Amino acid sequence: MRLLLIEDDTEAAAFLRKGLEEAGYVVDHAATGPDGLHLATTEAYAGMIVDRMLPGMDGLHIIELLRKEGNTTPVLILSAMDRVDDRVKGLRAGGDDYLTKPYAFSELQARLEALMRRGQAAPTETALTLGDLEIDLLARTVTRSGTRIELLPREFQILEYLMRHSGQVVTRTMLLENVWNYHFDPKTGVIDVQISRLRQKLDKDFETPLLHTVRGAGYCLRVPE
Amino acid sequence: MFPNRLFRTSTFRYAMLYMAVFGLSVCGVLVFVYWSTVSVIDAQSDDTIEAEITGLAEQYRERRVVGLVEIIRQRSSGESGRRGVYLLTDPFLTPLAGNLAGWPEAAKGPPGWVDFHIKQAARPALRPQIARARTFELDGGFHLLVGRDLTERAAFRETITNALIWALLATLALGFGGGLLLSRYFLRRLDAINQGSRAILHGDLTQRMPVTGYSDEFDRLAENLNDMLDQIERLMEGMRGVADNIAHDLRSPISRLRSRLEVTLMAQSDPEEYRTALAKTIEETDGILDTFNALLAIALAESGVLRDRFERLDLGALVRDAAELYGAAAEEHGLRLDVDAADDCLIDGDRNLLSQAISNLLDNAFNHTPENGSIALAARRGQDGRPEFSIADTGPGIAKEERQRVLERFVRLDDSRSTPGSGLGLSQVAATARLHYADLSLEDNAPGLRIRLRFPATEKRLESQKRLTYNNMQQ
Repeated sequence: MRLLLIEDDTEAAAFLRKGLEEAGYVVDHAATGPDGLHLATTEAYAGMIVDRMLPGMDGLHIIELLRKEGNTTPVLILSAMDRVDDRVKGLRAGGDDYLTKPYAFSELQARLEALMRRGQAAPTETALTLGDLEIDLLARTVTRSGTRIELLPREFQILEYLMRHSGQVVTRTMLLENVWNYHFDPKTGVIDVQISRLRQKLDKDFETPLLHTVRGAGYCLRVPE
Repeated sequence: MFPNRLFRTSTFRYAMLYMAVFGLSVCGVLVFVYWSTVSVIDAQSDDTIEAEITGLAEQYRERRVVGLVEIIRQRSSGESGRRGVYLLTDPFLTPLAGNLAGWPEAAKGPPGWVDFHIKQAARPALRPQIARARTFELDGGFHLLVGRDLTERAAFRETITNALIWALLATLALGFGGGLLLSRYFLRRLDAINQGSRAILHGDLTQRMPVTGYSDEFDRLAENLNDMLDQIERLMEGMRGVADNIAHDLRSPISRLRSRLEVTLMAQSDPEEYRTALAKTIEETDGILDTFNALLAIALAESGVLRDRFERLDLGALVRDAAELYGAAAEEHGLRLDVDAADDCLIDGDRNLLSQAISNLLDNAFNHTPENGSIALAARRGQDGRPEFSIADTGPGIAKEERQRVLERFVRLDDSRSTPGSGLGLSQVAATARLHYADLSLEDNAPGLRIRLRFPATEKRLESQKRLTYNNMQQ
């Protein structure tokens, strides 16, 4: 898959590029706003990573211009500005996700994957399935191999989020942001405990585990090969 | 140049405007008095003339011209002749009787009302007298003039006119002088404030505006400006503090990090050792980042800029959310987590910072409460109706004399060295409390620690703000 990286810090861009290429992406890099806009409008990309403060043109402005032209490529905004209203501004401009610097590469990769799959998922589903796991979004019920699994409302939300990103790595901060709307990281390992609770209910009585921990990155809900 | 400045002050302009309005109303009153008085006098003299005419007409009916001559002579010589004006002439206007030397020029027209000047041979020294009279033409061509001397009315008019002029002059003089005095007074008060602000502009931030103690509007202005300056000074100190803290508390972990990397690079390590060192490095970087983020969050809370974006929040819901997030972890730690969250605790605040503060307090409680202990979260209205958040644990608590100190940045009590944390959690809570005008108190939970955050009642936030400013001034 081809990605566009618009980032003026060439060293950071080189690292990022290396990491992404190792993960199997083809990366084009633009170091200035106008160059980035030029590439974004002339080439087709599966996703874009855009820094906010760029020479020549603000990253948000690039996104706004692209969206105005009808370009719907998923965009992940990278920025050192981490206040909630900075995020809101970024998302309003047309960004699909917002990641603040410094970031863990695994976090960036997980979010990027989530973004690029999001485009394919139908938004008006009423049920999600993964292997023998099924959740009914209207009745808020979960069944596995026909057995009903009782979940707390918040556990259901976590599971729904994991289902929507099944096969991808979901990080702790993604869960905190999307399930709790917390934009900070509690010190106590609360998410780990929540996940292990959920795993207890999901996997304990079944042979194949679905909810996996990805060390140093997060969690992944998938059917093992 | 100084008087020129005086004239240009708004006080002076308003004084002049006021003077103009006041002068006009003085004129209006005097003109009204003049007109009403003069019309009364006019009506009176016309009535008197009519009465005289009635008397004369009676005489004329009874005794014709002879009677008239007699009575006119009698009246014009008597005491009443002082103001009465009479003249009876033959058809050729030759006076027969009366106190006028000759038929006035102005009365030569057809009979009727006439105003004229009296030329009195007898009293030439006096100013020309004014009279009003009625003329008749009698049978046989005789002419009769009956009237009143109106000199008094003229004198009255002159008096009023003089009064008007003097009153206007006095108004102008007083208004101008008063305006100058007032502007000089206000200018002096403002100049003191201007000088203060210029000194501050030139870098003397300790300078404050003079407060005279009259508690007038200038004092209030000066006090507000001083409050503002205090706030700015606090913010600047905060900034300096952040810079100092960053320098102090990020330098040591960064240099630790650096030496670790250096040593790893020097040693003949195998890939596994490198891997461990790198993992450790990432962990340490995350720690540095946490400290850095906490410092920024404190600085952001202390700057107060978030107040513009406060929203109405349900404190109970925030507490329930946090409790839900930590609930499973509490069980894992062997702790009981009790939640008592009412749903009528509305506050104005920043959701993110408050959640983070609650989360910090929970992290602290988790770190310090031994197994089988309990943590109680509550969101309730206090006895005074103010929304109140509290968290109580059954840990070791904090000694009374240490309680204030733990709110400061990077203070970690000795017995908590073994537990993780940047030492910024509580100071972040304190900064968030200040941002929300909430009173933060640390109490004895016997055993353990109870931390209480008392928020201002939502509709009384402004008053609380004043109280806070006052408290700050007292410190």
